[in-house]
Amino acid sequence: MPREVRDVVFVDGVRTPFGKAGGMYANTRADDLVIRCIRELLRRNPQLPPERVEEVAVAATTQIGDQGLTIGRTAALLAGLPKTVPGFAIDRMCAGAMTAVTTVAGGIAMGAYDVAIAGGVEHMGRHPMGEGVDPNPRIIAERLVDQSALVMGATAENLHDRVPHITKERTDAFALASQQKTAKAYANGKLQDDLVPVAVRDPETGWGLATVDEAPRDTSMEKLAALKTPFRPHGKVTAGNAAGLNDGATASLLVAEETARELGLPVAMRLVSYGFVGVEPEVMGVGPIPSTEKALRIAGLTIDDIGLFELNEAFAVQVLAFLDHFGIADDDPRVNPWGGAIAIGHPLASSGVRLMTQLARHFAEHPEVRYGLTAMCIGIGMGGTVIWENPHWEGEAK
Amino acid sequence: MSLAAPNEVVTKALLRLVDVPGLDRPAALITLDNGFDHKKPNTLGPGGLTSLDEAITAAHAAKPAFIAVTGKPYIFCVGADLTGLPLLTDRAQALEIGQLGHRVFARLRDSGVPTFAFVNGAAMGGGLELALHCHYRTLSAGAAALALPEVSLGIVPGWGGTQLLPNLVGIPAATQVIIQNPLMQNKMLKPKQAAEMGLADVLLEPADFLERSLEWAAGVIRGEHTVTRPEVDREMWDGVLFFAKQTLDARLHGAVPSANRALELLGLAKETDFATGTAAEDEALADLIFSSELRSGLYAFDLVQRRAKRPAGAPDRDLARPVTKVGIVGAGLMASQLALLFARRLQVPVVLTDLDQARVDKGVAYVHEQIEKSVSKGRMDKGTAARLYGLVSGSVDKSVFADADFVIEAVFEDLNVKKQVWAELEKIVAPEAVLATNTSSLSVTAMAEGLEHPERVVGFHFFNPVAVLPLLEIVRGEQTDDATLATAFAVGKQLKKSSVLVKDAPAFVVNRLLTRFLGTVFAAVDAGTPLEVANNALDPLGLPMRPLALLQLVGPAVAHHVGGILHAAFPDRFGVSENLKRIAEAGKPIVVDDEINAEVADLLVVGDQPLTAEQVRQNALDALAQEIRLMLDEGVVAEAQDIDLCLILGAGWPFHLGGVTPYLDRTGTTERVTGKRFLPAGVASLPA
Repeated sequence: MPREVRDVVFVDGVRTPFGKAGGMYANTRADDLVIRCIRELLRRNPQLPPERVEEVAVAATTQIGDQGLTIGRTAALLAGLPKTVPGFAIDRMCAGAMTAVTTVAGGIAMGAYDVAIAGGVEHMGRHPMGEGVDPNPRIIAERLVDQSALVMGATAENLHDRVPHITKERTDAFALASQQKTAKAYANGKLQDDLVPVAVRDPETGWGLATVDEAPRDTSMEKLAALKTPFRPHGKVTAGNAAGLNDGATASLLVAEETARELGLPVAMRLVSYGFVGVEPEVMGVGPIPSTEKALRIAGLTIDDIGLFELNEAFAVQVLAFLDHFGIADDDPRVNPWGGAIAIGHPLASSGVRLMTQLARHFAEHPEVRYGLTAMCIGIGMGGTVIWENPHWEGEAK
Repeated sequence: MSLAAPNEVVTKALLRLVDVPGLDRPAALITLDNGFDHKKPNTLGPGGLTSLDEAITAAHAAKPAFIAVTGKPYIFCVGADLTGLPLLTDRAQALEIGQLGHRVFARLRDSGVPTFAFVNGAAMGGGLELALHCHYRTLSAGAAALALPEVSLGIVPGWGGTQLLPNLVGIPAATQVIIQNPLMQNKMLKPKQAAEMGLADVLLEPADFLERSLEWAAGVIRGEHTVTRPEVDREMWDGVLFFAKQTLDARLHGAVPSANRALELLGLAKETDFATGTAAEDEALADLIFSSELRSGLYAFDLVQRRAKRPAGAPDRDLARPVTKVGIVGAGLMASQLALLFARRLQVPVVLTDLDQARVDKGVAYVHEQIEKSVSKGRMDKGTAARLYGLVSGSVDKSVFADADFVIEAVFEDLNVKKQVWAELEKIVAPEAVLATNTSSLSVTAMAEGLEHPERVVGFHFFNPVAVLPLLEIVRGEQTDDATLATAFAVGKQLKKSSVLVKDAPAFVVNRLLTRFLGTVFAAVDAGTPLEVANNALDPLGLPMRPLALLQLVGPAVAHHVGGILHAAFPDRFGVSENLKRIAEAGKPIVVDDEINAEVADLLVVGDQPLTAEQVRQNALDALAQEIRLMLDEGVVAEAQDIDLCLILGAGWPFHLGGVTPYLDRTGTTERVTGKRFLPAGVASLPA
């Protein structure tokens, strides 16, 4: 039967403040973090009747315990959505939430449903990377992938080997800029509106309220230079020029454009195209380069059409490799204007939606920009890119 | 501090300064937490109050935007720590307990900085009073219960509750919470009711209760929310209390001093200033802490909370055999009630049998009707109902019992009939299947005689109404083995009943004592005491019902039957009243609209030696003391505590009597009749 592909829009996105593993969320459950986000989304958009939500996709990398039990479904129930609302769990490591968004967008585009919630959660304090993994012995026996491919920091060192012109000083300078941009964005009140305060309990000190990210820190080139390189003796990757181990959750509202108009929901971004591509697992950080090329090709755009970039800063080196590839300066103001994961944190499967939420805010501030993209590298060698159109675009510059 | 409470589990008041979006100064958030999970809820003793006092001081020092108090997960605070009360030796200490609470809580009420209670979970007694002192209250829709249960124990809300509550929610609601609910098997408020009553300013969903509470508080501080509370109607104040007092007197005849004191305090709250009102609370609390009724109440509370959960003399629970199917012999009203209870609680197939199909159908239909009723009242969901419909069935053919692990009979109270039932069943069921009898007076040992496996017969005696009264007398016959007994206790626990182990003695505990007790009343009537005088003679005890009403509930025929059995066993103490026989045979209602039926009174043939009410009462109490002593000597139960537990749970005897042995001890009855007390002084009474 003939059918039309429908336009999909990003209506709204929220996130918890991101914590440091073992920090402010040490006694908070992972599912409670994402439940908070879902409830806040519904609260911020009272025009949306809860029963109109027809899918809830929640990503988590380690789907064990409070991140298991088909978390999309259980979180929907616990958030108080009607029992008729289905949900599922999804995993593409760091791009979990991004994949949740593209998956439900696909469902909306083909008419399976009109309104969906997509988000992600990772509590790396309760679920350290690699918890419960059981890699197939063939990976080593058949030399399918180098063992270093399973340790993300080691893949970043491997990437440094391939791009020797990216020095440690450059990565540290990029990291410092990320911290400074985030501090400035906080000072100007740019990030606060995305945040959902979370009540946090400590058995020793009682209840508190998490209202800001825990990871950003005051640093300097000197301090960054003095950090250890835990993945390689005399290596280049440090805790300072990489995202940390974090706890946090995100959620976003994806809606068919016609439904958004029917319900009076605001349109923050319109989905243009997306692409996921595999690369060598040993240098997974290069993933966003081919995935961006793919998304651009599908959209019929070139890199010059993109006016704003939200790139996940898993490691400074992989962002710089991306920028070099596309001929973009390290300090280009279009890139991560409010800093990135190096400062804010990267609770793996939740981060994709943070990039989108921030891009949506930039769009509102930049009606001169028509297109923006969100991109990230992914473990086991992948990249993911989503290109968005700014509904506020006024048609002047590109 | 002189208020040493050596066993206090101290609830700490943990202070954290919290940044709340939209406020330029942090809020002071105080968490009450005793360091345990919700199974050991927060309580406040001297240590806890001192911790709260310090937290409030530190909070003020931080110049916060507001001060809020909340609890640990699921629990706000369930009131004063009661463990220290029995250790108090003089009234001055009792006075100090009230004063300390008042002083610390008043700091929340008098605070220049706005104060909030975020009632996240169960809030009772002193915990609820703490919340009442705050300027504003948010309440979680997930809180288990809210209550001021003090009066049920024998004290009054003594940390401001009697003064604050009526001035917040009005006198009718306050009277309900402070007096009526505690005396109705300690009924508690659900959050929705509490919010509708005006106890909280806003009811919030549990999923993000604290976040929303902080946000709401910030809105109040910024002036975005104006909190309006309906004005309290003072016109009706005296009338409501007058009516409450009348109702109370009609029921309890002044036997519960805590209720009367609470009424007086509620009266004061109408116009008296807060300081005077709370000073009166201190005095009332101190008086009541040194009342016999409270000591009995604390003893009874401990029996119900602890002893009932670990029955004395029960065998190792590991010996219990699994019960996967239950058979019920008989399909009458009692059997049908049992079928519903077993199906609901055990969630295993339950089969009813009776002599003919009509009776079986009627029994199953009764169960189905009850299930329908529960669903239509919203007390049971459709899924559970569907499951229960499937579980309960009936048959005239006893072979359906072949795979039952537990068969209980509720047939006519006749030893031969019951023996026949067992003999027939033994050919059908497995050799280990437990055969339980709901007999109220027949010998379990005699019933098991002649069976191939008498060791699996056990008494399993419920009290009417089965769904309401929590007692189960588990009767060990001479040959009952430990595995059978352990299975019976395990089933009792699954049925959510409180089981007491009883020796196979005539009429066990509750029926034997009630029969003896009623026997003295009827002996007085037979001798010529006016029915009215005899019936009202026990009013000063504050029992749940007068003798004739009790007789009506039990049924004169049943009472007469049990009386006959006890008379046969102990003819010198259990007489047979011809008048009771006449009443039983006439089958007329004894009490109509709280009045004795004149037609019944006309049936009586009486002597010419009337007793005074006081004589009737003394005879009844003396008889109880004597009978309990004999029962303890016979080893019917392990200890006097078990007698009290049986009377509280099986006959609804009140906390202020401690069941009954504390009352018999404190009135001197026990020593006069039996030469020594049942319980050492101080256990359920004031220290010697």
